Amino acid sequence: MLAPVKVAVCMKEVPAAAAPKRIDPGTKRLDRSVEGALNDFDTHALEEALRLKDSAAETEVVVVSMAPERASESLRKALAMGADRVVLVSDEAAAGSDLVATTAVLAAALERESPDLTLFGQQAGDADGAVLWAAIADRLRLPMISQAASLELQDGKVRSKRQTEFGYDVLEAPLPCVVAVSDAINDPRYPSLKGIMGAKKKPQDVVSLADLGVEPGRAGEAGSRTAVLALAEPPSRGDSRRIEDDGGSAATEILSYLTERKLL
Amino acid sequence: MNYDLSEEHALLRRTVREFAEQRIAPVAEELDREHRFPYEIVAELAELGLMGIPIPEEYGGSGGDTLGYALSIEELTRIDSSVAITVAAHTSLGTMPILLYGSEEQKRKWLPDLASGRKLGAFGLTEPDAGSDAGAAQTRADLRDGHWVVNGSKIFITNAGTDISGCVTIAARTSADEVSNVIVPNGTPGYDISAPLEKMGWNASDTRELSFVDCTVPEGNLLGPRGQGFRQFLEILDGGRISVAAMGVGLAQGAYEQALGYAREREQFGRPIAKLQAVSFKLADMATEIEAGRQLVYKAAWLKDQGRPFGQEAAMAKLYTGILSNRVVNEALQIHGGYGYMEEYPIARFYRDQKVLEIGEGTNEVQRMVIARHLGL
Ligand SMILES: Cc1cc2nc3c(=O)[nH]c(=O)nc-3n(C[C@H](O)[C@H](O)[C@H](O)COP(=O)(O)OP(=O)(O)OC[C@H]3O[C@@H](n4cnc5c(N)ncnc54)[C@H](O)[C@@H]3O)c2cc1C
Ligand SMILES: Cc1cc2nc3c(=O)[nH]c(=O)nc-3n(C[C@H](O)[C@H](O)[C@H](O)COP(=O)(O)OP(=O)(O)OC[C@H]3O[C@@H](n4cnc5c(N)ncnc54)[C@H](O)[C@@H]3O)c2cc1C
Repeated sequence: MLAPVKVAVCMKEVPAAAAPKRIDPGTKRLDRSVEGALNDFDTHALEEALRLKDSAAETEVVVVSMAPERASESLRKALAMGADRVVLVSDEAAAGSDLVATTAVLAAALERESPDLTLFGQQAGDADGAVLWAAIADRLRLPMISQAASLELQDGKVRSKRQTEFGYDVLEAPLPCVVAVSDAINDPRYPSLKGIMGAKKKPQDVVSLADLGVEPGRAGEAGSRTAVLALAEPPSRGDSRRIEDDGGSAATEILSYLTERKLL
Repeated sequence: MNYDLSEEHALLRRTVREFAEQRIAPVAEELDREHRFPYEIVAELAELGLMGIPIPEEYGGSGGDTLGYALSIEELTRIDSSVAITVAAHTSLGTMPILLYGSEEQKRKWLPDLASGRKLGAFGLTEPDAGSDAGAAQTRADLRDGHWVVNGSKIFITNAGTDISGCVTIAARTSADEVSNVIVPNGTPGYDISAPLEKMGWNASDTRELSFVDCTVPEGNLLGPRGQGFRQFLEILDGGRISVAAMGVGLAQGAYEQALGYAREREQFGRPIAKLQAVSFKLADMATEIEAGRQLVYKAAWLKDQGRPFGQEAAMAKLYTGILSNRVVNEALQIHGGYGYMEEYPIARFYRDQKVLEIGEGTNEVQRMVIARHLGL
């Protein structure tokens, strides 16, 4: 029997897969006015939290997110899947936050919740930083496990397998701690129709920077320590050659290309 | 007026779309080719509460509404018609009669298994000699010693013969001038189910011929008052038409999207064929007609959810989307050229799956008869 735990899951809203991707040349930021969706990687973190809840009903699952208020529509999916509530940090002054500013805000929100376990996805599908959890763990002075391919709670500890090139590392950390899960850890559930209809009744708290006691100067552009100076298309690959396959001929052609150049 | 879906309906649509794209699309071609019933998918749909969308929670359903049901059927058909008709026939034809006309005892007995998707329900109206003229059904049920003794046959019955089929509700003559609906559980002696019928499409859905020879069920299996069978099945078909109309929209939407994607990729005469006006006009017409058909379906569903008369709108939606899906899938295949005629593209399956939408649950001609009657003609 597991002791009841409080699990926070950090989830980001990203542009939906089908939405057009565009960078605003003025602000040099991703255009986020298009249809949004939950970051797929984060649904694996939520699924892991929900499995803990499935095995110990008293477990509380809180979703924490920083985004403009309209993200509450995407976050409803998390509630429909089974999360208990959402804390959405939404504030004009948070717009344009870089890593330093984003983590200042999220760390404050997490500190207020003080969960036993904080879960992250491995990366955000839009910015692909795969870095935020490390910065959060650092700010909160908590142990951290990344690329978790399994997760177990036992006697106030987390035990996790981390996928490596050669096999698994088995890691253990005391609660409270931060775990970023890999997308191989599970298959996230779909929300059920009952879950969808029940989601509206679950609390979605929208909080401001002031509610969290974060000074405006620490968030948004003001709190950011990086600036995007220029953006450019990736250079095209000049002298590449395209080989079309015709009943297996491609393999032979690639082989002779490589042997000619003594690369094999 | 408000044309926005509620947040619940929008999330339901997105969920079913994701499910269909991720879980059904990868296996649809194989299920069709092998004529294999989608047991695993039905089990997953059951888990999500999609095998009993408009059935109240107290009977094991999800407690949703007709619009949510129509949206779900539309999204399933956008990817695969066989799965969609399995859900639609089970819900509208198999489960609804018991919800609408069953006694409390019958509802408690049958609905929890059906609405949760543990069992499938079927509705047996059509007979070899009674199709559009369903009132001419010849199957008999005679009351003897507290039992109905059923003799006769039914044809083209969806969901009757799967490993998880629970029962079929059949329309039978309980006297010379009287039709009643009677529940026959699978496994009842004297109830024989043919091998799956070989069809042009809907290959992964289950369609059977049924025969009853002195098949005996308890008197309590009569659904509603004796002699009400005709009125009951007309009402059942009114509701069922909304889901078949939703299939028309979904099939057309899927076919249109495939054609759009193909037209953008395929180059002839030095440019994508989508840039040819003859092709882009086809796509513009499809998009327009699909939008019109969708509004008809949603309006019929909305009327039903408001508790208002919806029979005329349901028949209009069924007629319009049947014809619409025929036109759209035909042009969508045309845009694929010779590749569209090959089974390697899903459009060929869509083409084969479409035709029955103009036949099942009332042919186009029967819809016109229904509409004309509503017009007072
Ligand atoms: C100058 C500048 C301005 C920027 N302005 C914006 C902006 O206005 N809006 C914006 O969205 N990004 C903005 N960014 C990008 C922002 O810095 C990154 O989103 C942030 O550093 C996190 O990195 P990532 O998105 O790559 O997340 P990763 O490190 O890849 O994310 C890992 C995990 O962290 C969690 N996570 C990530 N983001 C959030 C979040 N917002 N809420 C909850 N959990 C989260 C998820 O679990 C995710 O799987 C800006 C960057 C710069 C340099
Ligand atoms: C795949 C599939 C699944 C089915 N599933 C079920 C099921 O689960 N349960 C069930 O009970 N039935 C089911 N049916 C049967 C279906 O409802 C009938 O096929 C349909 O009602 C038409 O009946 P019929 O085939 O006997 O055609 P007929 O009635 O013989 O019609 C032949 C033609 O004559 C036309 N016609 C007939 N009468 C008139 C008229 N008065 N005026 C103008 N034209 C007319 C028709 O429109 C049609 O074009 C299914 C059929 C198929 C193909």
